[in-house]
Amino acid sequence: MHPLNRLQMAWRAAQDIEDGMVVNLGIGMPVACGDYIRPGLEVVIQAENGVIGAGKLADQAHADSDLVDAGSRRITLAPGATIIDSTASFAMIRGGHIDATILGAFEVAANGDLANWDMRIPNKGPLVGGAMDLAACARQVWIIMEFNTRKGAPRLREACLLPLTAPGCVRRIFTDLAVVHVTAQGFLVTELLPGLSPEDLQARADAKLHFAPDCRPLTTPALALPE
Amino acid sequence: MPIDKRVASAAEALEGVSDGAVVLCSGFGGAGFANVLIAALCERGTRNLTLVSNSATHRFSFTHQLIEAGLVRRVICSAARGHAAGLSPLEELWKDGKIELTVLPQGSFAESLRAGGAGIPAYYTPAGVGTQLAEGKEIRRFGTRDYLLEEAIIGDLALIRADVADRWGNLSFRHAQANFGPAMATAARLAIAEVRITQDHPIPPTEVQLSGVFVNRVLAVGG
Repeated sequence: MHPLNRLQMAWRAAQDIEDGMVVNLGIGMPVACGDYIRPGLEVVIQAENGVIGAGKLADQAHADSDLVDAGSRRITLAPGATIIDSTASFAMIRGGHIDATILGAFEVAANGDLANWDMRIPNKGPLVGGAMDLAACARQVWIIMEFNTRKGAPRLREACLLPLTAPGCVRRIFTDLAVVHVTAQGFLVTELLPGLSPEDLQARADAKLHFAPDCRPLTTPALALPE
Repeated sequence: MPIDKRVASAAEALEGVSDGAVVLCSGFGGAGFANVLIAALCERGTRNLTLVSNSATHRFSFTHQLIEAGLVRRVICSAARGHAAGLSPLEELWKDGKIELTVLPQGSFAESLRAGGAGIPAYYTPAGVGTQLAEGKEIRRFGTRDYLLEEAIIGDLALIRADVADRWGNLSFRHAQANFGPAMATAARLAIAEVRITQDHPIPPTEVQLSGVFVNRVLAVGG
């Protein structure tokens, strides 16, 4: 069994991005999705700081500290890009103009509740950023996260233990072991890592998992993490 | 008399700023921080500040210097977590009860400033409903959805960064420099922009991204 690495998880999430979508990518694993959008598609990547049409990362020669994405990474602009201020960017987000946001998470509940802003580490300051606006208002919320914490605790839960970012918002979860959709009946596994049984996966979750009748093997290309 | 908002030094730019000021500091991810003005405010030693900054301790923003110098008693932001594993100066002061911290979703942070500058005292937003950040705030249902009442933010001082200013205080920005700047300038009684260059002749009207009506002083700092 070879769980997906972080780039492979981003690759898998990116395969679900459709032609013409306006997509907001969160800090961390989600921003890597921009590199794996299927060939031939044209997609608008929205960065919350107002870069609408974010391109690839800038190389050393073109890196510009005034041209950054939500993760402070120095980027380029895609053709057709515009740059707007933060109030207009969040008007775009709250106004329902974002087709999908792909975010990281700590926990997702079977009813779609999302917890991704407060790990309750004593005295560490809260970090909300744009996550609450995005989770509450994007037309779809997709999550990339490991199926379990480093200590092995379930991240897919009957109810979130950590403070919520938004209730009932998550639609799809791309993990290192499975792809899971959030439905009216709860978690529905649509892809499962080869070598892992449904029982194995269920044992790693804190909520009932349903398995799609056409559940497929979760496979990705080999993508090496940078050193 | 010709309008001319250009000032010669950061000290002159900050003239009249007093203790207890609510200071709005723009900037996101390395773009748009008015670091020359923030450093000057730090040197000035104005105390008891309320710092309104999206990411209060961003490593590229000198706002952390204001906090470390003990000049800030309250922070309003969307991100307060330090980058290091240990506690940042802000987190230390917060833990010890020496800084009061208010956290807002980033869209509400921006919209509260926009509202403050636009004469709107409060507004309803869906962001934050059903979370800890909704505690103590009014919830009202419109149609089929619940919304949270958020209040406007008005500042005494806005420190923003732009690319070019003309003598009327009209501004144009480079790339993603604008971010919170336009909203903060509108929401402050005294809005100061530090810019790469100032010019005598007007910026072409359709290239002005923020009207000089919202800007009180401009300081050329190069860069």
